[in-house]
Amino acid sequence: MMANKITDNKKLQHEILDAVVIRFVGDSGDGMQLTGSQFSDTSAMFGNDVATFPNYPSEIRAPQGSLYGVSGFQVHIGSIEISTPGDDVDLLVAMNPAGLKTNIYSVKPGHTIIVDIDSFTKKNLEKAKYETNPLKDGSLENYRVIEVSMSSLTKAALKDIENLDNKSIIRSKNMFALGIVYWMYDRSPEHTIDFFKKKFASKPHLIESNTKVLNAGYYYAETLELIPNAYSISPAKMKSGTYRIISGNTATAWGFLAAAEKSGLELFLGSYPITPATDILHELVKHKHFGVKAFQAEDEIAGVTSAIGASFAGDLAITTTSGPGLALKGEALGLAMMVELPLVVVNVQRGGPSTGLPTKTEQSDLMQAMYGRNGESPVIVLAASTPSNCFNYAYQAAKLALEHMTPVILLTDGYIANGSEPWKIKRVAEMPEIKNNKVTKVTENWHPYDRNEETLARNWAVPGTFGLEHRIGGLEKDRITGDVSHVPENHEFMTNIRAEKIERVQNYIPGLTTEFADSGDLLVVGWGGTYGSLHSAVKQLNSEGYNKIGYAHFNYINPLPKNTEDVLSKFKKIVVCELNNGQFVNILRMHFNINGLLQYNKVQGLPFGNNELITEFKKLVE
Amino acid sequence: METTVVKKYTFKDFASNQEVRWCPGCDDYVILRSMQKALPEMGVKKEDVVFISGIGCSSRFPYYMDTYGMHSIHGRAPAIASGVKLANPDLSVWVITGDGDSMAIGGNHFIHVLRRNINLNIILFNNEIYGLTKGQFSPTSLVGQKTKSSPYGNTQPPFQPGELAIGARARFFARIGGNTPKEMTQMFIDAETFNGTSLIEVLQNCVIFNDGCFSQYTDKNIREDKQLFVEHGKPMIFGKNRDKGLVLNGLKIEVVTIGENGIMEADILLHNAKEEDPTLHQMLVRLEYPLVTGIIRRFDDVTLEEREDALTKEVKSNSKFTKTDDLFFSGEIYEVK
Repeated sequence: MMANKITDNKKLQHEILDAVVIRFVGDSGDGMQLTGSQFSDTSAMFGNDVATFPNYPSEIRAPQGSLYGVSGFQVHIGSIEISTPGDDVDLLVAMNPAGLKTNIYSVKPGHTIIVDIDSFTKKNLEKAKYETNPLKDGSLENYRVIEVSMSSLTKAALKDIENLDNKSIIRSKNMFALGIVYWMYDRSPEHTIDFFKKKFASKPHLIESNTKVLNAGYYYAETLELIPNAYSISPAKMKSGTYRIISGNTATAWGFLAAAEKSGLELFLGSYPITPATDILHELVKHKHFGVKAFQAEDEIAGVTSAIGASFAGDLAITTTSGPGLALKGEALGLAMMVELPLVVVNVQRGGPSTGLPTKTEQSDLMQAMYGRNGESPVIVLAASTPSNCFNYAYQAAKLALEHMTPVILLTDGYIANGSEPWKIKRVAEMPEIKNNKVTKVTENWHPYDRNEETLARNWAVPGTFGLEHRIGGLEKDRITGDVSHVPENHEFMTNIRAEKIERVQNYIPGLTTEFADSGDLLVVGWGGTYGSLHSAVKQLNSEGYNKIGYAHFNYINPLPKNTEDVLSKFKKIVVCELNNGQFVNILRMHFNINGLLQYNKVQGLPFGNNELITEFKKLVE
Repeated sequence: METTVVKKYTFKDFASNQEVRWCPGCDDYVILRSMQKALPEMGVKKEDVVFISGIGCSSRFPYYMDTYGMHSIHGRAPAIASGVKLANPDLSVWVITGDGDSMAIGGNHFIHVLRRNINLNIILFNNEIYGLTKGQFSPTSLVGQKTKSSPYGNTQPPFQPGELAIGARARFFARIGGNTPKEMTQMFIDAETFNGTSLIEVLQNCVIFNDGCFSQYTDKNIREDKQLFVEHGKPMIFGKNRDKGLVLNGLKIEVVTIGENGIMEADILLHNAKEEDPTLHQMLVRLEYPLVTGIIRRFDDVTLEEREDALTKEVKSNSKFTKTDDLFFSGEIYEVK
C-alpha cells in the first residue's frame, strides 16, 4: 500500500512547488477555520500569494462526527499569481472520518491525506456512514495516507501542564496538525506562536499549551520523518508594498469607511442580519471611533428606510443584505430612486430563490438588482470581482451615489465575501476625490430638483440648512418646483431624465478592457465574483498556446461601459459565463445585436471549477 | 459670545404654498392648523423641523408644512424618521401617520421606534378606517363595523393604540379629540419638550367614510361628561359639574360621584403621568367611560441617541484609531519588497 511505502521511505526529498492547495477539515468545533487562517497568514507573511475559502455548515454546532457537521477551510498558496482558492486539493488534513468522507472527492490521486487515526473509532466511522474502515479496506490505495495519532500525541504533549481540562486538551489537537503542515511546507511556527501570545494574553497557560502542541506536531513530523519533507514554495512576485490578508466582507466595510473619511461625511449603516452579509455589519459596528452609526434595525425594510432617512439628513448612507433581503427592500429602493437621494445597497448574493442555499454562492440576483422595483426605476449596478477589490467597489459605489444622487446596488457574493487574499493596503490619500451635491446657501429661484448640467444629479439640501425647506416624496414631482404633479408630459419628462442620469454615468466609469487577446476566436465574458476562476482558466489556455482566446470582465453592469459593443464585436464567438441560468447574457442581448452570444452556466451553489472551464473553452475553439 | 436667537415665527411661516386637499370638514385641518400654531411656540428653528409621513390621507401633511419633509412609503415613516434623527440629533423630527399606516402595514416599525425611545414625535391620526383607499376597515375598526371590505360587519377585533404603544414601552402617550385645537396645540408643544419618543393619538373624524366615529366622546355638548382630560398631579375628575371621578377598587378603576356614598374629592385618584410602572396608565387607556384624553403617560427615560452618544464618546476616548489609515495598517500586516 502506498501509505506503507511512504512510511518506509526515510530519505528526505526536496521538491519546489509553484503552488499548493491544502484543505483542513473536521468537526465544527475542531478549530479548522483558525488552523487554516493561521497557515494562510503565515504563508502570506512569508511572501506567497494566497487565496482562502471557508466552508462551514449552516448548523451552528452540528452533532459531533456527523457528515453535515463538517467544517472546512481551504488555502491556496503559491509563488505564482493565485486568483482562486483552488479546485483540486494537494493535501487534505482530516480530523475525523466524516471530514474524510465528505472531502475525499476533491483530492487528486497520488496526493496526500493526513488523518487523526485516534478519531477513526467504530462510533465515528458509523456516524460518517462508513461500513468498513477506509484506512484498512484498501479504498485509499491511490493516495499517500499519513496516519498520525493526533489526539493521543496531543495529550502526551500536555501531560505536564496544570489547570488544563480534558476538553481544552482535545481542542488543541488542531495545532498538532498545523505543526505537521508547517514542517511539511517549510514554514516557521513563529507567527502562530506570536498569535497565541496576543490572543491568550490573560491566559498564560493557554499560550503554553497551544505552543507546546504546535511545536510537538512540528517536531513529530521532523523527527519521525514520516513525511517526505520540504515542499518549498518560494515567495511570489508581487508588487512591493504593505499588505494584509482581507476577506471580501471586511474589504467592503473598509471601502465605506474610506469613502466616508474622504467625502467628509458621517457613515450610517442600517442593516438586518442575514447570511452571508452580516459580517459587514459586524465589522462596521466596531468603528464608533470613526463616528460610524451602525443601526441594527427591526427588519430589512427598516434597514434600508433608516438609511434613506439618514441620507435625507446628509449622511453617507448604506444598507447591507443578501437576496431575500433585497426583495424586501425593493419598494424602499424605488423611493430612494424617486427622491434621488444617495444610497448604497450591498447585496452579498447567495444561492436562491427564496431561502435557497444561504451559505453557498450564486450570481442569480442580477435581474433583481436591475429590475426588482415597480415602475421605470433604473439604478446604478456594480459588481466586485475579488475579495480585495470589494474595497474599491464599495468606495466607488459610495462615490457614484454621492456624485450622481442615486441609489447604487453593489453586488458581491458568498464566495468573494468569505474568501480572502492579500490586499495591498490603500491609504485614503491615494483614493480618488469624492464630491457631493450639497447646497448650503439660499440662492434666488432655488428648487430641490435643480440639476447639475453634466451629471443631471439634483442638488442635496439637507434639513438644518436655512432657507431650503422643501418636501420630497414618492409621488411624482414637477420638474422645476418639486411640487406634486400628475401632469402626463411632466411624468414622462421626469421618467426620462432619471434614466438619462443613470446613462450618463457611462462618462464617469472606465471602459471595458480585455486580457490575453483583444480580438480572435473566443471572448470569455464574466462579471462579479467569477473573476478568479475565469481569469485563471483563460490564462492557462493562453500558456498552452491558445492565444486567440481573450477575457473580458464586467464590474459595471448598469450602465455598461461605453465601449462594450466595440470590445465584444472583435471576437468570432463570445461565451458569457455565470453562476445562474443566464442573466447577464440576456442583458447583453437586450443591449446589443451580436450574433453568437453563447452562455455557460452553473447553479450548484459552487464556483466554477478550472477543469470544466478549460474543457468548455477548448470545445468552443475547436 | 455668540448666541443663537430663534426668530419669532407666526403660524403663517409654517404654511407651505400648496393648496390643502383634504375633504371639507375633515379633522385633519384642525391638526394642521394646531401644528402650525404650536411650532412658533416651541423655540425651534424652522430649518430644523422635519416631517416624515407614510401613506394615507394623513400622510399628505408634510406637503402643507413649509419645513423639511418627506412623504414616503406605506408604514415606513418611523424607520425613516429614526434614520433622520440618528443622522442629525439636533433636528426636531415628526412622524405623521394613520391607523392603517402605523398599526397594519407599519406595525413593526411602530413598536420598535417606541421601544428604542428615539427623541421624535409621532402624531397618529386615528379615524378607524382606511380613507385614501375609500373605506376599508383598519386595525382600529370595531367588530361589526360595516365597511367596503366588511359589508356584513368586521370580524377582526381592533387594537387600542395606547395599549399597543405602552405594551411596546412607549414613554409618552397622549390622546386628544380631533375637535379640540387649543388643547391639541399645547399637547404638540409638550410632545416636543419631552425627551424621548412621544406618541399622540388624535381621534380624527372621517367625514366621508366613518363620520361620527368618535362623536359619542367628542361632541361638544357631551364631551365634558364622556371624556376625562387628565393632567399630571391633578385628581382625575370629569363631568360638566366636575362631580365625577376615578377611584381604584382592587384591580379595577371605578367611576364615582363626589358627594355620594361619602366620596370626597380627596378620595379621587391623582394622575401620575411620570410613574415608571405603566399598569395604571394601561387601565386608563382601556377605559371606555369616561374616555381618557390628555397626557396619560410621560415617563422620563434615557433616549437611544443619548446611549449611542455616550458609547461613541467612550469608544473614541479609548481608541487608538483616529483615521482609517490607522486601522488599515494595524494588526497583521507585512511588507513585500
